[in-house]
Amino acid sequence: MRTNADIVIIGGGITGCSIAYNLAKKGVTNIVVLEKRYICSGSTGCCGAGVRMQWGTEMNCRMSKFSTEFYEHANDILEYDGDVEFKQKGYLLIADTEREIAQFKKNVEVQHACGIPSRMLTLAEAKEIVPHLNTDILLGAAFCEKDGFLNPFKTTDAFHRAARRMGVEFNTFTTVTGITVENGRVRAVVTDKGTINTPVVVNCAGGFSHDIAQMAGIDIPVYRERHQILVTEPVEPMQDPMVMAFGLNLYVQQSPHGSFIMGRGDANEPRDGRCTSSWRFLEEMAKTVDNVLPAIGKLRVVRQWAGLYNMTPDRQPVYDKSEQVEGFYMAIGFSGHGFMFGPVTGVVMADMITGSEPRIDASGLRLSRFAEGKLFVEPSVV
Amino acid sequence: MNDLDNTIICRCSDVTLGDIRRLIAEGYTSFDEIKRITRCGMGPCQGKTCQQLIQREIAMATGQPIAALRDQTTRPPATGVRLELVAKEAYRDED
Repeated sequence: MRTNADIVIIGGGITGCSIAYNLAKKGVTNIVVLEKRYICSGSTGCCGAGVRMQWGTEMNCRMSKFSTEFYEHANDILEYDGDVEFKQKGYLLIADTEREIAQFKKNVEVQHACGIPSRMLTLAEAKEIVPHLNTDILLGAAFCEKDGFLNPFKTTDAFHRAARRMGVEFNTFTTVTGITVENGRVRAVVTDKGTINTPVVVNCAGGFSHDIAQMAGIDIPVYRERHQILVTEPVEPMQDPMVMAFGLNLYVQQSPHGSFIMGRGDANEPRDGRCTSSWRFLEEMAKTVDNVLPAIGKLRVVRQWAGLYNMTPDRQPVYDKSEQVEGFYMAIGFSGHGFMFGPVTGVVMADMITGSEPRIDASGLRLSRFAEGKLFVEPSVV
Repeated sequence: MNDLDNTIICRCSDVTLGDIRRLIAEGYTSFDEIKRITRCGMGPCQGKTCQQLIQREIAMATGQPIAALRDQTTRPPATGVRLELVAKEAYRDED
């Protein structure tokens, strides 16, 4: 392990790997990435894998469009031997209340202003795209054919390998135990395998970002929340897009491999960092999917799993540097969207850390917005 | 490629011994890492066949005893269950 680095990145998920890749591309290669387990072992490896541009705010539309366009060419850009398996067959957002329909209409206008090819659909049109959709319980839908989902393990592996080829050092199964701060500046990161002297540390620790910030004496308003997913046996291709509903509370995709992957949110989930599976989730998920997409109810669930959302008060991430401790940067609080924003996160943070002209305006996501009461409210989140 | 390389280790996802040995040589030296790249352990058998075979390969390549290697997280259900049956039971409990 290197004992001196220009930058230490804590966290080997999509966020840490994308930042490492983007910094290396700008010529900063004396970087050490620290990961407690293995690459993609945390939230990224447990995520629902969707990438959508159907957001309700101009900033999220703009940033997700950047990420989607990157993912379209990720295999080539990252010179990956494997395949990140981008299945770009759209997101079908379904609504069962007039309020949601009104929101979708507003969102589509914002999306169109950003050049995103989304549109409102009638129930008949929605049923043409997903024939097993139970439209009896729905009022309408919105669709964007350029949305989709991709393999989080391979995508993170692609960023990781590209960064490693440029000279970034990755240390897996290495736990950060402390951050040394002297005279208000980051000096070193202490791990169970040794100390690395560095003037810059980047907190990309997802569900553990609060603990990492505490090590530098910084308090950030994030908490972790368990979110669960289940997967079925693989079957022949029968559903092109991701089907998602905010009110009915579900997202369901059929992976290229044939299995259906689905999840839903639950405000009663524990916030203590546990990633166990619950019977309650299995029952609620089964009831929801059997109601909305009855054909999928016929399939066998083969596994459940759980991961951590790193939540902020407005459910939007924080891209910033600390004003308290010089050299402490953070890309945290993704609240469930960290994987889809991965490409944009790397660019924003690499520009910020190297002091370059920002290629993407993400100034709305600074940390001080919470203290100032200027929350960034996004209407379309699960 | 010899015949041993073509031996199927994961029957659910058609992963061969050659695939596994290449990944171990590239530094993917835990079952979980290999699982995430190859899908072994994610199929209907949930690793009941492949895990012990892959752990043995990792043990041989790294010189560690199998007992020292970390297994994948065991998750429910123990066997496949149709979602509509789970839903039906859930509604019955609510009545």
